[in-house]
Amino acid sequence: MATRPLPKIPLTGLAKGMWLTLKTLFTKPVTVNYPLEKEIPVPRARGVIALDVDNCTVCMLCARECPDWCIYIEGHKEEQPPSKPGGRPRSRAVLDRFDIDYALCMYCGICVEVCPFDALYWSPEYEYSERDISAMLHDKERLTDWLTTVPDPPPLES
Amino acid sequence: MYFRGDTVMAPPVVFADLLSNFWVLLVIKLGLIAAVVPGLALVAIYGELKISAHMQSRIGPYFAGGRWGWAQPLADGLKFIQKEDLVPDDADEYVFKFAPYVVLAGTLATFVIIPWGPRLIIRDLDLGLFYLLAVSSISTIGVLMAGWSSANKYSLMGGLRAGAQLIAYELPLVLAAVGVAVQAETLSLPGIVDAQGIDALYTIPGTDIGLPFIMVGQIVGFAIFLIASLAELSRTPFDMPIAESELVMGYLTEYSGLRFTMFFLGEYAGMVGLAAIASTLFLGGYYFPGIPADAADFVGPMVLVGKVGVLVFLFIWMRWTFPRLREDQLQSLAWKWLIPIALANIAVTAVFKVAF
Repeated sequence: MATRPLPKIPLTGLAKGMWLTLKTLFTKPVTVNYPLEKEIPVPRARGVIALDVDNCTVCMLCARECPDWCIYIEGHKEEQPPSKPGGRPRSRAVLDRFDIDYALCMYCGICVEVCPFDALYWSPEYEYSERDISAMLHDKERLTDWLTTVPDPPPLES
Repeated sequence: MYFRGDTVMAPPVVFADLLSNFWVLLVIKLGLIAAVVPGLALVAIYGELKISAHMQSRIGPYFAGGRWGWAQPLADGLKFIQKEDLVPDDADEYVFKFAPYVVLAGTLATFVIIPWGPRLIIRDLDLGLFYLLAVSSISTIGVLMAGWSSANKYSLMGGLRAGAQLIAYELPLVLAAVGVAVQAETLSLPGIVDAQGIDALYTIPGTDIGLPFIMVGQIVGFAIFLIASLAELSRTPFDMPIAESELVMGYLTEYSGLRFTMFFLGEYAGMVGLAAIASTLFLGGYYFPGIPADAADFVGPMVLVGKVGVLVFLFIWMRWTFPRLREDQLQSLAWKWLIPIALANIAVTAVFKVAF
């Protein structure tokens, strides 16, 4: 036969709640005083997306997969001399424009996931708010500058 | 200030003529109320900001005023003054504009009879307690006016809820105070304080004052009075009238700028006022065990402010702990529990009063 739970004493729940808030009142707040002290974000934090121009092949996969359509890419083809004399001249895609509009971006990271040539990286930097919304559009140069803040990849498991 | 038949503290002769003039005295009293009450309300607002923050593991206002954000309520007030005074197109304009004054007037009127010291009281009415309970229901009319005249469904629902709630909780408030009146045999607030102090039946050994009523039989009355005051102030366990998640801001929805500030100040001034009344009725007013009754002239106001501070902290503490009651739970708490218990409390108090 299962033992029945003891009948509850009335109002203990209220007292418990009051005790909890009183305890919290005298514990140290968990927040930091932001502009003066800063929390260090974890290495994998999704702060801003950095671009490695050399790896980009203008394949447009990121722009097409972006749910917010916040990536703008333009490019053109250039003829390259053949690698061997007498060979066929090859064509190479050159990136003209690569903009991410962070006013639209929702930080889903699909572009980083989908990039086949590792041209996009997450950086944990987060302090790039602007007074003007049009300044939230980061161009190719600005996205490249973020590359210096990208943390090293975690060591491989042997 | 009103001097109760005493000449020890009489002002110098030069000022005596001036102070005996009714109109001059009235202006001085009005000025004092206008300066002290919003000041106390601002302190209460600051306390609410900081205590609520720390109860939620936050710091709260930090930069305004240089240190600990002490100027945050003032800055908020300045912000409200700058804002546009909006009146909705369909609103009943005069009623809409007049409602905040009614609410604030009802709250300020309670400060007339609060005794801050043996001789420090604006007006010692013989029917003080009766006057108090009468004027505290004026703000109900103001709330109903605000809810009706805004021409907004949220305001109307909030106003109706506020009307139902304030009427329901007026009764336990009155009935809890009746127990005190029976025990003290007077309706005058200084008389009630004296009944707990120098005129008490049994004094604390070693001192010349008695125990406060909360320790001699009125603890149930005190609990009911506290719960009913929370509901009268529409504070969070009982904030159905301004339930943000359902009614935007209830009867305050359409108010902005200075008129909203008046409601806001009225709420916090009412909190201080009801805390002062609760400490006068139940906690012994300006007397404190251990402090001689002769010193009450100087220490009394500080003692009362201390007691008010404790009660205001209790109000804030409850607000940030408890979730909101449902409308039917709110009504059944008042009608099925508080009012019968308060009636029983009166009966028991009366029996003991006759027996001893």
